Amino acid sequence: MRVPLSWLRDFAPFEDDAAALAATLDDLGLVVEGIEQVGEGLADVVVARVTTVAAIEGADRIRRVVVDAGRGPVEVVCGAGNFGEGDLVPLAPVGAVLPGGFAIGRRKMKGVVSDGMLCSGRELRLSEDHDGILVLNDVAGARPGQGLVEVLGIEPDVVFDLAVEANRPDAWCMAGVARDLAARLGLPFAVPATDALVAAVAGAATTGGLAPPTGPEAGLLASVRVTDTELCPRFTARVLTGVTVTDSPAWLARRLTLAGMRPINNVVDASNYVMLELGQPTHPYDLDRLAGPGLLVRRAEPGEAVTTLDGVVRALGRPGPGLDDTGQDCLICDAEGTPVGIGGVMGGASSEIGPATTRVLLEAAYFVPMAIARTAKRLHLRTEASARFERGCDPEGIDRAAERFCELVALTGGEHLTLAPGVLDVAAAVPRPLSVTVRPARLNALLGTAFTSGEIAGLLGPLGMTATATGGPDDPVAVVVPTFRPDIRPDPMGQADLAEEVARTYGYARLPRRTPAWPQPGRLTPRQRARRRAKEVLCGLGATEAWTTAFLSEADQLAAGASPPFIEVTNPLVEAERFLRSSLVPGLLGALRYNAERRQGDLRLFEVGAVFARAEVPPAEGPPAETTERLGAAFAGPGDDAWSAVAAWRTVAEALGLDGWVLEQGPHHGRAGRVLHPYRSGTLLAPPVREGGARVTLGVVGELAPDLVEAAGLVASDGRPRRIGWLDLDLDALLDPATARRRPAEAAPVSRFPSSDIDLAFVVPEEVPAGAVEATLADAAGDLLESVRLFDVYRGAQLAEPGRSLAYRLRFVAHDRTLTDDEVGEARRACIAAVEARHRAVLR
Amino acid sequence: MSGPTDVAACVEEARRAIAAAGSTEELRRVTAEVSGKRSPLAEMSRELGALEPEARRQRGQHLQAARAVVEGLLEERAAALRFEERSRELAASRLDLTEFLPGSPAARAARGHLHLVSQTRDELEDVFVGMGFEVAEGPEIETDWYNFGALNIPPAHPARGMWDTFYLDLGEPETTLLRTHTSPVQIHLMERAVLDGALPIHAVMPGRCYRRDTPDARHLPVFHQVEGLVVDRGITFADLAGTIEVFTAAYFGPDIHARLRPAYFPFTEPSAEFEITCTLCRGTGCRTCSQTGWIELGGCGMVDPAVFAAVGVDAESWTGFAFGFGIDRCAQMRHQIADLRALVENDIRFLRQF
Ligand SMILES: [Zn+2]
Repeated sequence: MRVPLSWLRDFAPFEDDAAALAATLDDLGLVVEGIEQVGEGLADVVVARVTTVAAIEGADRIRRVVVDAGRGPVEVVCGAGNFGEGDLVPLAPVGAVLPGGFAIGRRKMKGVVSDGMLCSGRELRLSEDHDGILVLNDVAGARPGQGLVEVLGIEPDVVFDLAVEANRPDAWCMAGVARDLAARLGLPFAVPATDALVAAVAGAATTGGLAPPTGPEAGLLASVRVTDTELCPRFTARVLTGVTVTDSPAWLARRLTLAGMRPINNVVDASNYVMLELGQPTHPYDLDRLAGPGLLVRRAEPGEAVTTLDGVVRALGRPGPGLDDTGQDCLICDAEGTPVGIGGVMGGASSEIGPATTRVLLEAAYFVPMAIARTAKRLHLRTEASARFERGCDPEGIDRAAERFCELVALTGGEHLTLAPGVLDVAAAVPRPLSVTVRPARLNALLGTAFTSGEIAGLLGPLGMTATATGGPDDPVAVVVPTFRPDIRPDPMGQADLAEEVARTYGYARLPRRTPAWPQPGRLTPRQRARRRAKEVLCGLGATEAWTTAFLSEADQLAAGASPPFIEVTNPLVEAERFLRSSLVPGLLGALRYNAERRQGDLRLFEVGAVFARAEVPPAEGPPAETTERLGAAFAGPGDDAWSAVAAWRTVAEALGLDGWVLEQGPHHGRAGRVLHPYRSGTLLAPPVREGGARVTLGVVGELAPDLVEAAGLVASDGRPRRIGWLDLDLDALLDPATARRRPAEAAPVSRFPSSDIDLAFVVPEEVPAGAVEATLADAAGDLLESVRLFDVYRGAQLAEPGRSLAYRLRFVAHDRTLTDDEVGEARRACIAAVEARHRAVLR
Repeated sequence: MSGPTDVAACVEEARRAIAAAGSTEELRRVTAEVSGKRSPLAEMSRELGALEPEARRQRGQHLQAARAVVEGLLEERAAALRFEERSRELAASRLDLTEFLPGSPAARAARGHLHLVSQTRDELEDVFVGMGFEVAEGPEIETDWYNFGALNIPPAHPARGMWDTFYLDLGEPETTLLRTHTSPVQIHLMERAVLDGALPIHAVMPGRCYRRDTPDARHLPVFHQVEGLVVDRGITFADLAGTIEVFTAAYFGPDIHARLRPAYFPFTEPSAEFEITCTLCRGTGCRTCSQTGWIELGGCGMVDPAVFAAVGVDAESWTGFAFGFGIDRCAQMRHQIADLRALVENDIRFLRQF
């Protein structure tokens, strides 16, 4: 909202220091997003008379113009064609600096030298008009050579650009801003009467004001009927006759311009002025274009179509999404029921005020905020009026606003202007002032302050509240909240709302500060610590963490082996981001490709994040979705392959102290086979949580399927898909000691006696996993075994049997003695026998 | 045949031979020559027996002294040769450490980098843990109730427009969504604490959030927030302001301060926006802070009585405050990242800077 400082001064004697006022506004929660100095930068602009207008050879969009600004002819080049010889125009001579810092220099266009610039209203920041040069013929007393500032009577001003919070409709007007500001600064606040206002801003140029109502009663000139007082609990109309539609007074037009609205005519401008000043939208109709004549306010029929002022045909009366919309729209119709506008949102073209209008019916009403919010949201139609009504206008401010309108129109409405006696008024239940009791103890407990009841009343009073502290300093304060503050709720919430008002008026910066302390320690959970450790381990292995999108296309999801139906975003930003990811693969492959395209594809990347799937069994409560936190790591560095992923997994498992996990390999076919290399991938399993239970899947490890890698464009220089090691862990399972078994907490004593090693090499058929042989060895070696480790794998023609040779080193130790050769020999024999028996293996 | 002179000559001869030995190997040979069993001095010792007792004693002393000198020379020379040889070995094993081959096996151990957002989140968590907060997490898919309703934003609340929401095709239309802020975790925490009788709560809640914003330099549709919630006896707005101030100085540095100004959030009352000293100009005013010296960081306030009512916390016995701000934005401010989109591009040249 654009707020001119000069306008605020109507209500309270504010000082000149714009920066200080801006700081105070900020501190009140009326955030200043910009401060514009207006009327500055016009000092060099002078009035000039056009003496010659001539075409320029070879240019049809610019003309050579000679003007006289009192000191001889000045030649300029101008692109506008809305003026001719003899007209008075503003000239910015060479050296002038226009508002916004635009410096005028000598320029040459099409061989013609331009010694200045003729300016539009917008270039001078005087209006929004940019259709042509500002023509000054009608400005009284304008003569060539005069300063523009002097001729137009422009006072330098400051315009604050304020962001007003959604819960403060009262502050969304000049009076409301001034009220808050005056309360803080301890200045008297009052809304001036119209004649005093005009006297202050326009000096002696005041008219006699609005004559007392006379002539036929309003009720004889028009009718008003409201059939749905649930949507529109109060509707008033006043009738003005003998109206001359013309331009607004200059000061009024200028204020609208400064506030960012375009002046149109004295009737529309008066309506807009009242809205900006008091926050109450009103709507003037040409009474002679309303059938009846009069208005009918009713609920729209389902599917009813209305053409709004912007020429758009809109279908009404049917519910839309959100806001508990029931599809109830308030229609303003003429007395015969033909729609002329959408109540509180937008008028229609048929009854617009035009130059020929002589009789005006002014609507000033209270619409139920929620109803306006629903209609505006569904129709995507947010207007100055709807934005105010949906936040809540003051039901008790309607009459004052309508009266102000009439008084403002009377300034220029002509000598025949007459206000018809009486008000057409349909009133049902509108919000009433609210009583809230503030207990000082409760308020101080919220704010950490020590305000007395008297201080509280003193801080609330200037905001327009009636706050009465009757008893002692700790006794309750009875507060009556005016209807222009719909943000204040009844008790018990109301006390918190009023605590904020007290704090705001007092100043947040002045409130005490204290560093709280409590006996409970702060800490990370075991899971959070384990997650950090896993990520650190991957960094230690040269992998860098990526953050990829959670939104994927269906094709990406299918390529990643996920099973449809996927969770769908009903309102995605773009079609390619319609589904929630069910895997980290597409994101990390995309990140690898992004880097490969920049010749930096030799990378290890990992990501930790949520993946989503529809719940197979919907939970009793909460969304029917399963969210899993996963860690995905892609090993695409030089020489990386499945081994890199396996090594990484073993490091992670070691770092987390995992115990008893196994890697099980079997060809991955079907969906999984699209993602994982069928013969170079395996599943990681933790032992069952409970005896006899199922094993817990921790994730997968291995290599990505070549087809998937190739489709992602990650190919080696020979054109073949690159080998990319892949580790994908379910952190929900992995990080939880209840699902992924950890080494026991108790320390195992270290033996003081020497250990003995034996090496055993077996020829083992290819289909027997080395891990199975290792497990057999560990099992058969007995209690004396300290460790078993695969140290050599050999494949070649020298083997007597089919398969490959696996060489293990077993280390034995006892805690109470040095082992004898016999003891070790016995263990060795047991190991050999077990492996040969279980795995069709032969000792080499 | 021989007196002190021939002993001295022997020593001189030995000194020359020892000095001439150019390697440990050579010195071993020389050692045998000058002090071995067949060395002249050894010969002379053996001949002592043939002498008169007095002469034998004298000559014996001479020989002993001579042998001590030779041994000393040998030791000295051996040490010198060892040093020379080690030096040569070291020189021969010289590496040019700038010949580092990034693709070599050793290079594979090069350290990776945590994402800047992770690092920022970890650091923020650490600051708050140090201040006595626990760290809590919650789901990213939420129901309307947790994301809005319980936070005093009923379906028919115009303030819903403050959050552009991604809705999911789960359940009734517009009932399931991607959380637009971390605030629903507050609701989960309070519900659980009320159920378990486990109040008070002192927790921060970091996590990923979603808003239907078209990505630009300052907005990402997927972003990270950290939320704070304290529900305890005797908690006031003063504690909130103090907490924000302590956190700001701890994370951004001692010369960065916080200030609060009134704002509107449906789930807090009184509410405030908190600004911190501009980290770029340190408060003197620059383009980033629009010459104000302050930049907006987040929102905060006292937990609204309506929120307490929704989760069943007795607002007469307990008071609380909540705050929230963007993790990505903290990173952006601290590292002066012009465009937030760099955070999701995953360009390794960006990631490895942190
Ligand atoms: Zn700055």
